[in-house]
Amino acid sequence: MLKEEQIHFAENTVDLPVIVKPAAPAPTGGCSAASCGSAASQLSGLPDEIRRRVQDHPCYSEEAHHHFARMHAAVAPACNIQCHYCNRKYDCANESRPGVVSELLTPEQAVMKTLAVAAAIPQMSVLGIAGPGDPLANPARTFATFRMLAEKAPDLKLCVSTNGLALPACVEELAKHNIDHVTITINCIDPDVGAKIYPWIFWENKRIHGREAAAILIEQQQRGLEMLVARGILVKVNSVMIPGVNDRHLQEVSRIVKAKGAFLHNVMPLIAEAEHGTFYGVMGQRSPTAAELKALQDACAGDMNMMRHCRQCRADAVGLLGEDRGAEFTMDKVAAMEIDHEAAMARRLALRAKVAAELEAKRAARHGADSAHGAPAVPQVITLQRPAQAAPGRAALMAVASKGGGVINEHFGHAREFLIYEAAAAGAKLVGTRKTDLYCAGNDGCGDGETVLARTIRALEGCEAVLCARIGFEPWGQLEAAGIKPNGEHALEAIEDAVMAVWREMLAAGKLDAPTAAKRRA
Amino acid sequence: MAVEIVESCVNCWACAPLCPNNAIVAAQPHFLVDDEKCTECLGDFAAPQCVAICPIEGAIVNEWNEAMNPPGSLTGIPPARWAAVQAEIAAR
Ligand code: SF4
Ligand code: SF4
Ligand code: SF4
Repeated sequence: MLKEEQIHFAENTVDLPVIVKPAAPAPTGGCSAASCGSAASQLSGLPDEIRRRVQDHPCYSEEAHHHFARMHAAVAPACNIQCHYCNRKYDCANESRPGVVSELLTPEQAVMKTLAVAAAIPQMSVLGIAGPGDPLANPARTFATFRMLAEKAPDLKLCVSTNGLALPACVEELAKHNIDHVTITINCIDPDVGAKIYPWIFWENKRIHGREAAAILIEQQQRGLEMLVARGILVKVNSVMIPGVNDRHLQEVSRIVKAKGAFLHNVMPLIAEAEHGTFYGVMGQRSPTAAELKALQDACAGDMNMMRHCRQCRADAVGLLGEDRGAEFTMDKVAAMEIDHEAAMARRLALRAKVAAELEAKRAARHGADSAHGAPAVPQVITLQRPAQAAPGRAALMAVASKGGGVINEHFGHAREFLIYEAAAAGAKLVGTRKTDLYCAGNDGCGDGETVLARTIRALEGCEAVLCARIGFEPWGQLEAAGIKPNGEHALEAIEDAVMAVWREMLAAGKLDAPTAAKRRA
Repeated sequence: MAVEIVESCVNCWACAPLCPNNAIVAAQPHFLVDDEKCTECLGDFAAPQCVAICPIEGAIVNEWNEAMNPPGSLTGIPPARWAAVQAEIAAR
């Protein structure tokens, strides 16, 4: 089941203007980032000004998400609409820690917890509010949290994500709190499509159903988007892909929101199971396959920057994306901590400056390597192992198990998700992430390990290799049988280098000579 | 004349700030309506506000104990379908 936090949140934010960053990279000789073809970052196509604003944001920047952490505070329980993929009653059966309910926090508790986390995890750079309901349907709680945090930890970015219904009414207040990133979940721009996604909204003291409800919601979302852009607040759009309902329509959505000035569009798959008690789950609406999702993301990518590293994370998730350390920071543990907040903030700023410098060096190196149109403007500090010529060999998908830092450092059986890279002669690029149920959850009865492994293998459909730090004997055999080559040889190496090394091995072994059968037919 | 919040309430807070009479109490294990204060919104709104925003069918009942948002009215899931799916899940 998808909840507000998972949908609106897979990423969100806000950038307070005080972040310490190295000076923006000087535009280098006649080669704009966009035309350069550096495949490594989906942000590379953005204007410098926006890239600067989001580059150390783990949710928006693919590079940063390896290095920075975010946290979501569950202060907003109420919602003003109903989505067919959400059930406010049941906790999600597929929750990463079954039975754990989001701990609802008061604004004071949320601030205390955020400060504790930011002191313990210096990578922490973002605090978001996304649910469990709609933050803007809980304006008092949401804005009280932001107000206190802006005062006590001005280096943290603040962000909010919303279904958009109350957005136009809140834009003024959002601007006042220096929230310059907002995520809006927009699933449609056609009320007839919307009527199949939203059964009702609460609007002007009435519950409104059906097409009329969808029309109002869509109008408010679009107006909110325009108002935010007009005020210079960054807007990201999330969409849930629902096969047969809005899958085709989302390309149009992508086109429109881009035209209106949204800077990222993130398409995520519907998650629907009968036991979630959602309309879609109970009515048997299916989820998209990984291949369908990628096809849609590719189709939309022509239009605008798509976010491929998104994890549909929990509202109270703590830590690097894809890693949840929430259990270390329950309210009773937090209350017992003694923290020097000034020192903690100094530590965060120092770390941020260091990582930003490293990322900058990487970008510069990439730029240098690409500078066929002139001498490299920046000394090349990292050797990019990529063929100078467009070498032969088709593209291949590979799955990577990583818990952050941009390196391969996760055991296959411990991975809750895999980063999916597309490797080709031009380099490696992150094209998505795939979630898996943990198949080896220790001895606390994760049930039929066999089945979960099979499910993991199914989640990796289409990948030709999986790179991980370590892998057990049994999954090894089953992966090979499924045509996915396990590879544990690149443990602790940088992901992109390792992916390219494996790709070149495959090329040398003659596995990439011909286009795939499907491509040849096309 | 008053509505009542019953145990299927999920404590989502949506109703409380809307009540024109401040009749809704954030109690445990679930929210409650102060029946001295509740007017069913008569004179203030055309529809009882808590009933109009509550996302949970059956969580608010009238004085005859009838669900003000009956099964299927909010989710759009036909009650028969719901029952069948629950039975199927229980049988697994
Ligand atoms: S907008 Fe409301 S109904 Fe929709 S997913 Fe978020 S919390 Fe659930
Ligand atoms: S019916 Fe109206 S007056 Fe009564 S509790 Fe609900 S909102 Fe308050
Ligand atoms: S809106 Fe409904 S579920 Fe939410 S607190 Fe009020 S009665 Fe309970």
